[in-house]
Amino acid sequence: MSIWEYANPKKFMQTSAWALPWVVGLTIALLVTGLVWGFFFTPDDYKQGATVKIIYLHVPAAMMAINAWGMMLVTSLVWIVRRHHVSALAAKAAAPVGLTFTLIALVTGALWGQPMWGTWWAWDPRLTSFLILTLFYFGYMALWAAIEDPDTAADLTSILCLVGSVFALLSRYAVLFWNQGLHQGASLSMDEKENVADVFWLPLLVCIAGFILLFVTMVLLRTRTEIRSRRLKALLARERVA
Amino acid sequence: MKALLLRDLMLAFRSGGGFGLGLAFFFLLSVLVPLGVGPEGGMLGRIAPGVLWVGALLACLLSLDRIFALDHEDGSLDLLATAPIPLEAVVAVKALAHWLVTGLPLTLIAPGLAVLLNLPPAGYSWLVLSLFLGTPALSVIGAFGAAITVGLRRGGLLLSLLVLPLYVPTLVFGGEVVRRGAEGMALATPLALLGAISLGAAALLPFAAASAIRVNLR
Repeated sequence: MSIWEYANPKKFMQTSAWALPWVVGLTIALLVTGLVWGFFFTPDDYKQGATVKIIYLHVPAAMMAINAWGMMLVTSLVWIVRRHHVSALAAKAAAPVGLTFTLIALVTGALWGQPMWGTWWAWDPRLTSFLILTLFYFGYMALWAAIEDPDTAADLTSILCLVGSVFALLSRYAVLFWNQGLHQGASLSMDEKENVADVFWLPLLVCIAGFILLFVTMVLLRTRTEIRSRRLKALLARERVA
Repeated sequence: MKALLLRDLMLAFRSGGGFGLGLAFFFLLSVLVPLGVGPEGGMLGRIAPGVLWVGALLACLLSLDRIFALDHEDGSLDLLATAPIPLEAVVAVKALAHWLVTGLPLTLIAPGLAVLLNLPPAGYSWLVLSLFLGTPALSVIGAFGAAITVGLRRGGLLLSLLVLPLYVPTLVFGGEVVRRGAEGMALATPLALLGAISLGAAALLPFAAASAIRVNLR
């Protein structure tokens, strides 16, 4: 039994059909717990007031926006090396989800920045690199949409994803160069002394877990849809021949 | 390989359009920006490094789709792919030819346009040097984008959507070199990083571009 067995579409469909209800249930449970806990049962920050609560959406969305690209990178590599179709379809399925997370992070950040920094937008390194990440997502999705042949599309988008990852990282460090940040540093590290207080930290952890599962749910659902539409196309093609 | 380089240069010079167009665009942009933002010299001088770099980048973008599209249309790309030289070398040579007809002329006329934009005198040599180091990266990255979109019918717009995000690091470091040069600050770091991007892109991207062409010719 190796992990590659799940690359078989049939096996993947079976396993994901079995797992999906559990994942969906757990996602809802964690998100409801985390968000209700965070929004209604934590104190206001002494400086930021109630605006601090946007952290429960902003931080998990931002984390998943980056991790989604990471997942696409891994699945693209798997497609290039082992040519499993499920892998390519999972990368395709993850891109719009990742883009949505990126936009959520940008919008919640702007909403928080307006009262706190006094501006919706600043050309801060973190903000800028997120904006660039959106551009990469757009380019990736546009390339998928533009090519008709599915295998060619999978190949070219995988190559773009690999090259894009390198350049996304380069851009991340390039913009560090040009502007000092307005954005606060990391406040969730395991070993740091300057972390968020536990009252905020614990519900945030629940929210992060919820967002991770939300991403898994969306990707599973969308990959299943992609596999079904691929099957449908094959059936239609067969009909036409017969 | 030399023959291929000469052929590409010849085509660029004789077919007209592509070669002069980038330069004309660069010139027009440098004229339009002062018309748009107003003639106040100090401000123009401050934004000049960025405007010149963005202009060079867009002018480079204009002629990118010609790198492979014409050869793809008349079938010579298939011949090049089956030629005895590796496809990676073909990509590298074509990127070099693109640089010779766009990047290099852009570098050479940039000081003239810097006069229009009132760049502080200390910045001139750094402008030329940074464009000289940075525009090869623009050509190589562009060749990669052109290789990905070569099989597409309406590739032009998609090409710019794919390539412009990849241009970000080059633009940041290039603009930074000129800005620091104009203000007389230390600029060894961004200059070295700019050169590193060009060298890294020239070393690695031909492989990615060649594999994209192989997919497109399949």
